[in-house]
Amino acid sequence: MSHPKSVHPHNAEARLEMLTVINRAIAGAAPVEKPAYPRPQPLSAAEREEQFRDRILDYRAHYTRVPLAELPQAIAASLGRAQRVLVPAGIPADWLPAGLEQLRDEPPLSHAQLDRAEAVVTGCAVAVSETGTICLDHGAEQGRRALSLIPDLHVCVVRENQIVQTVRGAVERLGLAVRAGRPLTWLSGGSATSDIELVRVEGVHGPRALHVIVIAE
Amino acid sequence: MSGLHPKAPFPKAAEASVNQPQLRANLRKVTHTIRAKRAAVVAELPYWEQLRQLGAATKDDSLVNLSDRLLELERNVQARGGQVHWARDAAEAREIVARIALAHGERELIKVKSITSDEIELNQALEEHGIHAIETDLAELIVQLSHDTPSHILVPAIHRNRAEIQALFNAELPGEGGLSDNPQDLAAAARRYLRHKFLTTRMAVSGANFAVAETGTVCVVESEGNGRMCLTLPEVLVSIMGIEKVLDTWEDIAVFMETLPRSSTAERMNPYNSFWSGVTEGDGPQEFHLILLDNGRTHVLADEFGRQTLRCIRCSACLNVCPVYERAGGHAYGSVYPGPIGSILTPQLLGMHDKNANSLPFASSLCGACYEVCPVEINIPQVLIYLRNEGNAHKGPNAESLAMGAARVAMSEGWRWEGALRLARLGQGPLVRQGEISWLPGMLAGWTEVRDLPALPREGFREWWKAREGSRTVDANTQAGPPDIVQDAQNRESPPANVQEGGHPPAGQHGQEGEDHA
Ligand code: SF4
Repeated sequence: MSHPKSVHPHNAEARLEMLTVINRAIAGAAPVEKPAYPRPQPLSAAEREEQFRDRILDYRAHYTRVPLAELPQAIAASLGRAQRVLVPAGIPADWLPAGLEQLRDEPPLSHAQLDRAEAVVTGCAVAVSETGTICLDHGAEQGRRALSLIPDLHVCVVRENQIVQTVRGAVERLGLAVRAGRPLTWLSGGSATSDIELVRVEGVHGPRALHVIVIAE
Repeated sequence: MSGLHPKAPFPKAAEASVNQPQLRANLRKVTHTIRAKRAAVVAELPYWEQLRQLGAATKDDSLVNLSDRLLELERNVQARGGQVHWARDAAEAREIVARIALAHGERELIKVKSITSDEIELNQALEEHGIHAIETDLAELIVQLSHDTPSHILVPAIHRNRAEIQALFNAELPGEGGLSDNPQDLAAAARRYLRHKFLTTRMAVSGANFAVAETGTVCVVESEGNGRMCLTLPEVLVSIMGIEKVLDTWEDIAVFMETLPRSSTAERMNPYNSFWSGVTEGDGPQEFHLILLDNGRTHVLADEFGRQTLRCIRCSACLNVCPVYERAGGHAYGSVYPGPIGSILTPQLLGMHDKNANSLPFASSLCGACYEVCPVEINIPQVLIYLRNEGNAHKGPNAESLAMGAARVAMSEGWRWEGALRLARLGQGPLVRQGEISWLPGMLAGWTEVRDLPALPREGFREWWKAREGSRTVDANTQAGPPDIVQDAQNRESPPANVQEGGHPPAGQHGQEGEDHA
């Protein structure tokens, strides 16, 4: 097999030697049977939503559930007094409160411009009730990774049918995006550290606040 | 601790830590807090044992197919616009990182906490090239600013209290001076200092928790968001991963996303997980390098019994339950890998050729707690016994004196006696010869010394045992006590025959060189 041009000659030698040593080390090793993935008792949609809410609140993030018609008010309430709100491409116009000062990433904003944004509103790809995790695949409604990273407040809208029960279920749903080469970010509550005497401090580097709004169906 | 090579045998190194009351108090608080929380979140999943088995099998499957997996990973990272480098040892890996930085004319780079980068002593090497690496994890920043070394995989600065950190930040962070000792304030100061670095630094270095061969995807698991910053904002990203981190398919990630956070930070899920595959147009670094590091791993792989050590996902659960770690502290292990995992991984990575590292398998009471919590079922007690024999065969230091030293540091006599007897009953190698207990480490001279050392109250052990009993009730459906664990371990897999039969050579003699060592 041919090496890409960028490979240092020294590296080709290391590669060959490592592969040789590995092959020698594993020669004759028996194949491994992987047991089946354990599945919990499935929850109903209502139970999933309930579990998801419980987990999100446990992470000390905010949680609201509203019908689509009330989404703009819910977003407005979450945004509070935040000005300069980042809105990624693909966010439906009827989600947003009237008169919002929108910051669009077209053409792409610089890091410094992003740093001046106070909030970001995104959708998500899938959410996990068992762990209270929101998965972004940075497609439509979510924007590139920096958009949901730099502003201090992240308002994330989740459609009820995006909530799956298990981590394994979410991984399966994300298969297409990953195989298409898209990056993923999983959020479970906000940024936190317990590095100083195990005291939990929230909002170290990521957004200091996470507001989750579920659209009731 | 930077690098892999311990500068002293374990008992000697541990004596220093045992006499630091602050360190021991902090360690105690941390390990006990995490231990209790872990038991609670693990108990939430009734199929935890199945997840452990699946995790172990998933790792084993990748290990026995490692060359294919690495080639597939390489192909897919390249197909997505990334570059892949192979590093046989620490020096090669360091050189690759330095070369990339110099090619871009970078004098400063930001780093996400990575034990692998500490293993290869990257920061020091970069300084020699005039490149400054800024640690962005809060604890690592504390460690770096105080010119110290980490003492815990997960909470590297647990040997520092808030007053020490307050003084450090007031002195070292530009523009600070009036910070209180409130952790909130201290974290906010780190945020101010690092935010500017994140937005302006053009190159980042990270480790990797997992990589997926099929999709060329690399994963970093973290809490603070500094990882996301480093992985997203710079123009150039270099990730260093041990070759054992590779998985087969994307779906293989799932089991570890369930077991790692619960075992590690004792959370259902840690705050942030990032996944990326090569380069994404218009999103994140537009130049990506993945360094595949051997540095002794192939040596571990070649040992059919010791290979299981490579399953380790660095969760640190085994540290938090270890009575020896709790008393001795991370620094005593003299390597970037402390605690039970360090006691096996460090000497193994060094090919059982490092005298000081070969003392580490004796830094254990063989109580079995580490195996019980390990999310990938590494049978640490059995590997410890196996390596005690191995190390001895390789002219390690006097085995009996080591065992006694470890006992002095960490054990109450009752505990040691019981643990030793239990193993003896099970017919485990070092203690039994022809069905008779012929040699018990530290049985005689050691006792007086243990009793005379005031820094080691017997209560420590009793409390530990009680707390442990408590947490086991929570876990009752999935966990068993140490005797059963060792028994269970016995039923599952056995060390190679030479260990079971070989016994422990008397002090000063070397064991038979078996075929395994050839
Ligand atoms: S040996 Fe097991 S318990 Fe210890 S750090 Fe590794 S995976 Fe975790």
